[in-house]
Amino acid sequence: MNQYLPYILCLILFLIGLYAVLVKKNLIKIIIGLGIIDYSLNLFLVLVGYKKQSIFPILSKDTQIQPMVDPLPQALVLTAIVIGLAVTMLMVAIAIRLYEKYGTFDITQIRKLKG
Amino acid sequence: MNNIIPLFVILPLAGAFLNSLLGRFSKLFSDILSNIVCILTTFFSFVILFNLNLSPNNILTYRVGGWVAPIGIMLVVDHLSVLMLLTVNLVALCCCIYSISYMEKYTDKWKYYALFMLMLAGMNGVIITGDIFNMYVFLEIAAIASYALVAFGCESEELEASFKYLVLGSVASAIILLSIALIYSYVSSLNLADISLTLSNMVDVNKVYFIKFISLLLIVGFGVKSALVPFHSWLPDAHQSAPAPISAMSSGVLIKTLGIYAMVRILFNIFGVGQKILSIIVILGLLSMFVGVILALYQWDYKRLLAYHSISQFGYIILGIGLATPLGILGGLFHLMNHSVFKSLLFLTSGATEYTLGTRDLRKMGELNKKMPLTTFSALIGSMSISGVPPFNGFWSKLIIIVACIQAKQYFAGFIATIVSFLTLSSFTKVLKYGFYGKSEVDHKNIKEVPGAMVVPMIILSLCCIFMGLLLLPHIRQYFLDNVVNVLQQGTIYATKVFELR
Amino acid sequence: MKEKNNNSGMTLIVKTITRLTVGIIMLYGLYITFHGHLTPGGGFAGGVILALSFIHLILVFGKDFVIKKFSEKIACVFESIGAVLFLTIAVSGFLAGYFFINIYGKGIPFNLFSAGIILPCNLSIMLIVGFGLFCAFLTLLLFISSKE
Repeated sequence: MNQYLPYILCLILFLIGLYAVLVKKNLIKIIIGLGIIDYSLNLFLVLVGYKKQSIFPILSKDTQIQPMVDPLPQALVLTAIVIGLAVTMLMVAIAIRLYEKYGTFDITQIRKLKG
Repeated sequence: MNNIIPLFVILPLAGAFLNSLLGRFSKLFSDILSNIVCILTTFFSFVILFNLNLSPNNILTYRVGGWVAPIGIMLVVDHLSVLMLLTVNLVALCCCIYSISYMEKYTDKWKYYALFMLMLAGMNGVIITGDIFNMYVFLEIAAIASYALVAFGCESEELEASFKYLVLGSVASAIILLSIALIYSYVSSLNLADISLTLSNMVDVNKVYFIKFISLLLIVGFGVKSALVPFHSWLPDAHQSAPAPISAMSSGVLIKTLGIYAMVRILFNIFGVGQKILSIIVILGLLSMFVGVILALYQWDYKRLLAYHSISQFGYIILGIGLATPLGILGGLFHLMNHSVFKSLLFLTSGATEYTLGTRDLRKMGELNKKMPLTTFSALIGSMSISGVPPFNGFWSKLIIIVACIQAKQYFAGFIATIVSFLTLSSFTKVLKYGFYGKSEVDHKNIKEVPGAMVVPMIILSLCCIFMGLLLLPHIRQYFLDNVVNVLQQGTIYATKVFELR
Repeated sequence: MKEKNNNSGMTLIVKTITRLTVGIIMLYGLYITFHGHLTPGGGFAGGVILALSFIHLILVFGKDFVIKKFSEKIACVFESIGAVLFLTIAVSGFLAGYFFINIYGKGIPFNLFSAGIILPCNLSIMLIVGFGLFCAFLTLLLFISSKE
């Protein structure tokens, strides 16, 4: 059971982020919830590459060759973090303009498009 | 001839970056550069179509950076990719010519062209890539560019629609990333052909459950991106408020590429579908058809009505592909091509009426057939195509889908498809009567036909609507559409073909 | 008499310390970028630290002082130059063989100028990410202050 503990943490983080997106009524809290979902997925992706009794995958002049952790998911996470950054910047810009147009951050008041 | 494959991504990216660097100095520069890029990509997609039949195994491959296949990224073009490339680049060319005049009413046209080129680069990248994480990166590029383009005019409605689209699209991308992580943890490879070969050689008790779970996650993730029915709520708002060429691109090609092409490629060619997944796809298709057309019946806003009809026609495409018989797949993919053409045409006509009259409400338009004849002609052709009136292209594809349903003994599906077709016809009769031909309640003085740059793409797309039924003649069909059906029919043989050529 | 701008931004102690350390932060960002092929980091991390050093200046000295020297148009131009540079490196490989091929000289491993194409790519990504973040921050800041 102890070996599954980090993966259960990822699932709990994902559910907390999903709760924030579904239930909260403030725009900024929805943005934070989407950020938490991104963190949990990046953590899961890094944990996928773990091997027992291995060290970090960096080769410099004076290290011997030993079993190393898989470095490919770490490159994928680097890309996913930058994508998450771009989406968050866009969301914050739209939220600022929404506040200027409607005067509130509450999503129950921002409902001009219906039907 | 393999060397022109990366040009589909290089040219639009170069257009986007040069626009953002030099576009602010001269408006004419960004117009000319973007249109030249679109013309070049359309030309190259025709060149690839003519070369694909001459190459072994009907597949062209390209190694990025010279690295061999499981280590490096591979670009793979087969007939299904060529179908999507033709559609995407042709519609993008028409929308780019249209934007020369339409976007004069907005500020900062160079920013619009930079985002448009980024969206085109992302879509082309999804189609030609053979690596699953590369597909995710290009999917995100196209999606982020479209989030920004929907909010381009910065009115209150556009911002609200864009925020809703953003949140739903981000959750869908998160689900897709989760399934990519699970695939990597099971197979330890990211190349599409390598995943398929490893999965078929693997002996494991849990393999069937794993494939079913990943297929369900992918159907949910790509289903949100392509607006199938339980996940469709962002589509009407986003397409109602976006500028007209962006609505045409998004509803015509973006949703198809990001949603249906990616789902079909992974489910049919990599995993190999079983009967249960296919029945889920058929049920989603039937639901989308019915709910889409019922909700469209009482809309009075022209673009919102067109957006709901998009959801309904997507049900046809998914139903055709989900039947998995050769006739069904032919009908589904042919309807995909047709729908891109006539839906973009209808959105461009809605943009033309909004440009002259300033309103989208059908009750306030009317009697346009005397003052704007070319726009009315295009709208008439588009409406007849979508309702399935012979001899336009919509009729042929809907006929093939209904015949395929009956051939596969799914009588209920054929019945629903016919009823939905009648309801679509009645809805578009309402559009033509109130919007274009009937008497108007508001008196329009001083309106004239839209500028030439907006008329030319509408005429091009109308001609495509009239003549695209000819693709079904047996001689031409052998050349193009039969090969496309073979790609999906043969399923996992894709992987062996790609590995021979690596 | 020279007018001292002592009223905007933070207190005098913070301003003095910032004058000493903001150059070191910028240098740290450049170090992480240039050694991207030897130690962890690379273009993205270095670009973010570079953008943070500029934002640090705005927080301490106030936005009017920084915008006079470094407006958002200049940041946007730098970012586009980084993007065009990245595409040029990729296309130069395309003309010589495959897209993105590593045709620059690969020197002795573990030196600074080795591993071909990776160093110029890291440099252009640092320009894109760093100046892009800074340009976005400035745009939002100018939007909010113009509405008050």
